Amino acid sequence: MTAVDETTTTEREFGKARRRKEDARLITGRTRWTDNITLPGMLHLAMVRSPLAHARVTAVDASAARRSPGVIGVWSGPELPGSAVGMPCAWPITPDMKSPTHPAIAQDTVRFAGEIVAVVAARSAAEARDAVDLVQVEYEQLPVVLDMEAALAEGAPLVHPDLGTNENATWIFDSAAAGSGGDVEEAIRAARDDPDGIVIERRYRQQRLIPAFMEPRSIVMDPTGEQLTLWSSTQVPHFVRIFMALVTGTPESKIRVIAPDVGGGFGGKLQFTPEEVVTFLVGRRLRKPVKYTETRTESMLAGHQGRDQIQKLTLTARRDGTVTGLKVELLCDMGAYLGLVTPGIPILGAFMYNAIYKFPAYKFVCTNVFTNTTWTDAYRGAGRPEATFAIERLMDTLAAELGRDPLELREQNWIKHDEFPFTTVATMVYDSGNYEAATTRAKQLFGYDELRREQAERRARQDPVQLGIGVSTFTEMCGLAPSRVLGALSYVGGGWENAHVRMLPTGKVEVVTGTSPHGQGHETAWSQIVADKLGVPFEDVEVLHGDTAISVRGLDTYGSRSLPVGGIALAMAADKVVEKAKVIAAHLLEANADDLEFSGGSFTVRGTDKGVPIQQVAFAAFDAHNLPDGVEPGIDADATYDPVNFSFPHGTHLCAVEVDTETGRPTIRKYVCVDDVGRALNPLIVEGQVHGGVTQGIAQALFEEARHDEVGTLTTATFVDYLVPSAPDLPTYTTERTETPSTDNQLGVKGVGEAGTIASTPAVVNAVVDALRPWGVDDIEMPLTPQRVWRAVQGGGVEATTIQDGEA
Amino acid sequence: MGTRRISVVVDGVRYDDDVEPRTLLVHYLRERLGKTGTVVGCDTSNCGACTVHLDGRSVKSCSVLAVQADGGEVTTIEGLAGPDGELHPVQRAFHENHALQCGFCTPGMIMQVIDLLNDHPDPTEAEAREGIEGNLCRCTGYQNIVRAIQAAAEAGAAPATSAPAQPTPAGGAA
Amino acid sequence: MIPAAFDYEAPATVEEALGILSSAGDREVKLLAGGQSLLPVLRLRMAAPELVVDLGRIPELRGVRDDGDAVVIGAMTTHDDVTREPLVRQHALLLAEAARTVADPQVRHRGTFGGSLAHADPAGDMPAPALALDAEMVLAGPSGRRTVPAEEFFQDLLTTALNENELLAEIRVPKHTGWGAHYEKFNRVAQAWSIVAVAAAVRVEAGVIAQAKVALTNMGVVPIRAHRVEQALVGREANAEAIRDAAGLAADGTSPMSDGNADEDYRRHLATVLTGRAVLAAAGV
Repeated sequence: MTAVDETTTTEREFGKARRRKEDARLITGRTRWTDNITLPGMLHLAMVRSPLAHARVTAVDASAARRSPGVIGVWSGPELPGSAVGMPCAWPITPDMKSPTHPAIAQDTVRFAGEIVAVVAARSAAEARDAVDLVQVEYEQLPVVLDMEAALAEGAPLVHPDLGTNENATWIFDSAAAGSGGDVEEAIRAARDDPDGIVIERRYRQQRLIPAFMEPRSIVMDPTGEQLTLWSSTQVPHFVRIFMALVTGTPESKIRVIAPDVGGGFGGKLQFTPEEVVTFLVGRRLRKPVKYTETRTESMLAGHQGRDQIQKLTLTARRDGTVTGLKVELLCDMGAYLGLVTPGIPILGAFMYNAIYKFPAYKFVCTNVFTNTTWTDAYRGAGRPEATFAIERLMDTLAAELGRDPLELREQNWIKHDEFPFTTVATMVYDSGNYEAATTRAKQLFGYDELRREQAERRARQDPVQLGIGVSTFTEMCGLAPSRVLGALSYVGGGWENAHVRMLPTGKVEVVTGTSPHGQGHETAWSQIVADKLGVPFEDVEVLHGDTAISVRGLDTYGSRSLPVGGIALAMAADKVVEKAKVIAAHLLEANADDLEFSGGSFTVRGTDKGVPIQQVAFAAFDAHNLPDGVEPGIDADATYDPVNFSFPHGTHLCAVEVDTETGRPTIRKYVCVDDVGRALNPLIVEGQVHGGVTQGIAQALFEEARHDEVGTLTTATFVDYLVPSAPDLPTYTTERTETPSTDNQLGVKGVGEAGTIASTPAVVNAVVDALRPWGVDDIEMPLTPQRVWRAVQGGGVEATTIQDGEA
Repeated sequence: MGTRRISVVVDGVRYDDDVEPRTLLVHYLRERLGKTGTVVGCDTSNCGACTVHLDGRSVKSCSVLAVQADGGEVTTIEGLAGPDGELHPVQRAFHENHALQCGFCTPGMIMQVIDLLNDHPDPTEAEAREGIEGNLCRCTGYQNIVRAIQAAAEAGAAPATSAPAQPTPAGGAA
Repeated sequence: MIPAAFDYEAPATVEEALGILSSAGDREVKLLAGGQSLLPVLRLRMAAPELVVDLGRIPELRGVRDDGDAVVIGAMTTHDDVTREPLVRQHALLLAEAARTVADPQVRHRGTFGGSLAHADPAGDMPAPALALDAEMVLAGPSGRRTVPAEEFFQDLLTTALNENELLAEIRVPKHTGWGAHYEKFNRVAQAWSIVAVAAAVRVEAGVIAQAKVALTNMGVVPIRAHRVEQALVGREANAEAIRDAAGLAADGTSPMSDGNADEDYRRHLATVLTGRAVLAAAGV
């Protein structure tokens, strides 16, 4: 890969490691974060939040706060009309799912610590904050339920008594019922009865995580003008507009939502939030611009969190290593309320537990549970990291049981490169992949055999620092999503994406995308696509996004969808521009359109030197002096793409960890990943996504955990306690790619945003466990803190998680 | 609890203002001076997004009161580029090495890297990593930031315009 | 993120500062040193003093000087300066080594040695090295100056021998010229506070440990001197076996807490392992 900044119109942009256009403003501080926006007479909001996880709000006395300097108003839930309307959930996963009301401000009861109880508006942020301290709230404490298993027990306190249960829904996939495979109960029975059969049962915990995007969420609402304008640091401005209309009763056409520069999201800003509703309502009521910017602690308390599952897993196999069945039973913590896609997060993993392996029988049963904790929802990978963790841990466990090399055992069971397209036991059709190629290359880069030798030597000499090697041969499904599939899964909404390409009279190109980047580099990548398609210089393409008045149709950015869905829509729109231009070009050249070739930005008459550049065609389409009959002025085009399939990137990640058995500290010594994300539009951006993704997965394995105390207070509400790693905590990764083009879209691309996060967590945990196998260690609960690792060394077992070896 | 008069030079311009003693330097910069390139990412001085230079050393401007900066000289991300917009070598290295994604941590990261290079003109990888231990980035995994540090070091203290394009080191994605 | 309002004074001399403290009456006063612990506390409104007295404009509180058998460090000397200062490196290397590990570069540019000692956080990195080197705290008060040995200065959780009308002016550190020193810090991520840390200084003569000083961070509400380890080390050959043997006594007499990062028993175990490593490094073994 080499730096490319030279401008040529003949060289293809696709595959170039273009430096990003976005950087120019970001490295100079010339950015527009939502919190940077100041409007005349703007008021500042601050939230009064519940310190208790479950309580009745018996009185809110804001008299002192209202008298405080600069205060314009204070409203509790009952005092702010519209605040009782429930926040929406867009994914009722079953017809009988229990859906609680989630008011934007608590009306009479708070159900997690951090829930909004009242809002203050004041002339300055400092005055608003001062007044928060003066609002006297009386609470009557109610019993809390924090643990999922306790929540499902008879007589447990109910988070929502009106629902009569803490169970949100149970969702089942059974390959026997679906006709895509056998009966897993039968497979388990057979494995137990067969002396040649193995049954492995494990229970893993996916700890709760906090997305921890670097830019705290901020909202500015301007009620002046015809449209009410809302700036929000969100991944999903189009969603926000639709739901704001539904929740507040303001017509959608009267709402404009803008996501300006947005500082990271990772799923954490894939939400329609109470804070957005409250800000909107107060601005609408006061007829003044208002701003709310959360503190980091508020972000941690009240922004949605991620993961938090208990996984009960049963894998069956034969002694020759062939897997015969997989049963997955999940408990998933919703927290106190449902966000936009909360109940569906584990369902996004339902089709991925079988991963790259040819399981003949598969069953997935997921029970969602309410607790008095912060609501959960999407966090990078959303359901798929949990699935990948489970299967990759199990495959390592099976290899250990059989005394086999974990890579060789995987290869025995995975889909071979000549078996694609492959329909899985979970009904997914994997279009393409080459697990052998990625694994072979990863092993070379890693020095797999040498490290295995070193591991054996350290074991032999009882080195206090042991070496472990962890494997993760992952795949995932992304590129969300074919609308028909979403419909079949009861999701309220589609999965298409829209793009608009217009050539300006001066020959420049404006691209409008429905994707909403917040660090991904769409301005650069989309320019590359259009530059190739239209044969215009990269620099001549301007990408507009994140404003519902400009990008009128879009479904935003999440689920590694932007390139495999939004990028394809853009390619289609650009193709349409060329088609439209061709008709005009033919007219200008007095030739038959069928005789024209389009290359390097010019239409030429085949076999002649007659030609016209597309910029000239664009001007002709603008002045409209000489157009063929029946042709409209303009060569702009719009395209909407509904993907035919999900995207299935894959890769092989290998991790070597040194474990200091005296202190328990695990240190990553080497991390190699070879990812296959189809064709790489911009290898530089792909690599950056992999670096960041891998890091977040490592952080789950080793560092991060959202913890509550016994009364439901989040004890990790700052970066002092919620341990986001900094540079010295991480290794340098070796990244490479293999390219197996997707056969499902015209660019051959697959998603990349979540792949690293999905892949890396099990690679790290597998490595630590591998290092400690001689101590009889089979699992350590995440995050693998030094204390937990040390205890595993001491006790040869697992802290806090019961493990049974289910070998028959 | 009145206000106090302070006089500070920020990015080469002198400002005289009355501020409440509780006003944090970062809020003074953002709200009073419109220096919104410097941002706030946390409450506990962990994230480093608000890093600026005060009298030549990097500080977290959320952990300095504006009154403490009275009589001092502050440089923010907005004061780095030359008069004609030519980038500081560290800014250029961040761009060349794809050392940013969402860009929210970037101003603080760049300011800290400049301080680091003042101390260690040719840092080892470990020194580079330790030098930015007070700055959190959620996007990049730091790898390309470390590359940028090393590239900027190689570019030395040369004028901003002479920083050469650095080829991406081995182990790259292509 | 925004502190509650407070009054602010920035005296130019110690005398002036003491005058402000004396006349503060019942008002809740906080002394502002580097502010790297205080400002986050104010921002989170875990404290809301009525008056903040900024010691940052008192030149006499900064700097390091040679005073015969001691190095005297002004309380307002930054961690960064402690790390670099040649006098400290030569005569009290342990302090420089520990200061290097405090928080991060930006915090070390502002945070001060004296502020860290007066704050007396059990997980803070400077109290244990000061204790190990038998530092003496020079406290300035309305009736003049008094000297309190480190052993008596740290009294309880976040509590020192400082009275409300006093301030920490300087720290006298007996010269440990030619001693090896190491601060072994164990935390979960680079940014995190120490779970346990060990400050060790040793003087080795002809391969034998002639003198040893060891103190522990975060093994109780105050820093703890590991006297039994020191006694066990003196006179032993400076080799791994002897040092590990002595380090096994490190947790004796400690009373560590259990918290979200570590349980008490694990901390005790860590204390022994880290003491061994700290002394080995200090002895250059």
